[in-house]
Amino acid sequence: MASETGAVAGATADPAAPRARAPHEIAHVRVPTRSAGSELRAIRVVWKRELIRFSRDRLRILTSLMQPFLFLFVLGTGLSRLAAGGTHGVNLRTFVFPGVLCIAVMFTAMFSAASLVWDREFGFLREMMVAPVRRGSLVLGKCLGGATVASFQGVIVLCLAGLVGVPYNAMLIVEVLALQLLVAFSITAFGVMFAARVTQMQSFMALMQMAIMPMYFLSGALFPVSHLPRWLEILNRLDPLTYAVDPIRRVVFAHLHISAAAQRALDPGVTWWGWRLPVLVEAAVVTLLGLAMLALAIAQFARAE
Amino acid sequence: MSHSATTAVSPASETTALSAAVSVNGLVKRYGELEAVCGIDFEVPRGEIFGFLGPNGAGKSTTINMLCTLVRPSGGSALVAGHDVVTERDDVRRNIGLVFQETTLDGYLSAEQNLQLHAELYGVPRELVRDRMRQVMEMVGLWERRESLANTFSGGMKRRLEIARGLFHSPRVLFLDEPTVGLDPQTRSSIWSYIRELKAREDITIFLTTHYMDEAEWCDRIAIMDQGRIIVLDSPEALKASVGKDRVQMQTDDDQAAIAALRERFAIEAAIVEGAVTFGVAEGEHFVPRLFAELGVPIRTVSVARPSLDDVFMSYTGTTIRDAESTSTDRMRTAAKMMGG
Repeated sequence: MASETGAVAGATADPAAPRARAPHEIAHVRVPTRSAGSELRAIRVVWKRELIRFSRDRLRILTSLMQPFLFLFVLGTGLSRLAAGGTHGVNLRTFVFPGVLCIAVMFTAMFSAASLVWDREFGFLREMMVAPVRRGSLVLGKCLGGATVASFQGVIVLCLAGLVGVPYNAMLIVEVLALQLLVAFSITAFGVMFAARVTQMQSFMALMQMAIMPMYFLSGALFPVSHLPRWLEILNRLDPLTYAVDPIRRVVFAHLHISAAAQRALDPGVTWWGWRLPVLVEAAVVTLLGLAMLALAIAQFARAE
Repeated sequence: MSHSATTAVSPASETTALSAAVSVNGLVKRYGELEAVCGIDFEVPRGEIFGFLGPNGAGKSTTINMLCTLVRPSGGSALVAGHDVVTERDDVRRNIGLVFQETTLDGYLSAEQNLQLHAELYGVPRELVRDRMRQVMEMVGLWERRESLANTFSGGMKRRLEIARGLFHSPRVLFLDEPTVGLDPQTRSSIWSYIRELKAREDITIFLTTHYMDEAEWCDRIAIMDQGRIIVLDSPEALKASVGKDRVQMQTDDDQAAIAALRERFAIEAAIVEGAVTFGVAEGEHFVPRLFAELGVPIRTVSVARPSLDDVFMSYTGTTIRDAESTSTDRMRTAAKMMGG
């Protein structure tokens, strides 16, 4: 059978000839057998599609800035007088800034994953599913695309740093960006895993609300995670997002000029039985969870007919 | 089911399987209790335009989906471009182009970007992409519109773009699932002119499904499918010749009396189809004078037509394609209910 393929292909595609011919004379294109290179091309093009679609959708860029703005300037300002006693002179807006960076990234990543549900509904998913590439490449491209787009959204929020008393420092920006990329990737993979199964947009959105809102509120994005009631502390430590918010806050707080007391109160760090987790361990937790989600998402898509 | 036994895989048929673009042996697809495709066998030689004709729900799309590796068969086997649809999925995919019933374009990308994406997914050699792009787009008359978003295209333009995309990687078999459904007659005929032009220009086999009788006439051969089986497979001409009778339709003052009279006096079984008494008879134009003289029921109008594929369908299945469609929809509904609980 292989020889037959070769004969037909050989008759139709002489690798050297086509360049010399006029455009209308190419009778045939020969699709090469699967290789690492072709998988990479597939990953790249799926990634690129996310970027093109995001850049076309200006409204989405604007609307997804809404939530961070509300948290930062409405909630942050409104509650600041109440909280003044507990923040040791640090503005509440500064305190919630790392958490707001997370929420911006999270929602954008979720919407990227949700577009997979639209892709199915509008049929485009089929075009990808019948291509001679691994399903894993498609899922990976999608997750990387979602991560890139969400990080971009995070960068826009990061630009507001000056307004809430966070300095523009190159190291800070690089570190926050890296962490954002990681969070965005994991959240997209999480969403894609659901999108593999849920076929209706309404159900997907409802499911996401159910998953995301508790995760967000439990994560400590809006409060310090020390001296919590026992039940809340347990839930907080079980919440994967905790390990995404905390390192970002640490990076931000490392560049603030505040008192040691304020530092202790506002940035206590996540502890496991009294052991304070280093940033690298937290990043590893997020990465591992993200990879696990990715593996699950790929398995789901590989199974789907 | 006995005809679908594995007798076909003999040394003699090995060679035919290689020269055939599509070769199917005892293919079955079951969804729970419902047998959507009940053991079909057929072969499509290279270069043919082959059509699957049948009502909605006859199993055409299920068959196409199995051949395209989108649905795993419950039984039997199929080779497409010489590759097994289950064990050599990737090889099949590289060698086929697909145009589905529903559009599968990304509406937020331009026409060109849609094709570029396809070229990347299929690993089309980079140095060929530009020229091939121009070639397929010119062929379907969309080169000037390449920068427009796919969303801004009309139904017919979208379908043409999908045909261009399906052809981009020079597939050896192009599958078109109801390529003209939902399009106006003018667009339908332009799609057909692309299909015929395509056959003339590229070394390609075209496999399509349709439930439009007039379109089936354009195929080299057609298989009539009903309730998951292939009822008959031949060229449209041969099928029409096999009916051998003209189709007579008349309106009378009393249709029931007319049917009874036809049975009594001419030994002809007639039925009411689309509101008119309808029957088949050899040499219809010679029969009409006798009809007026001997029927005994006042006739208001009468028409005689040469056999069409509608009549072929009717003579092989005992029903019109439209009636078959309503019953098969019922059948699907019943099955869905059974499966649902």
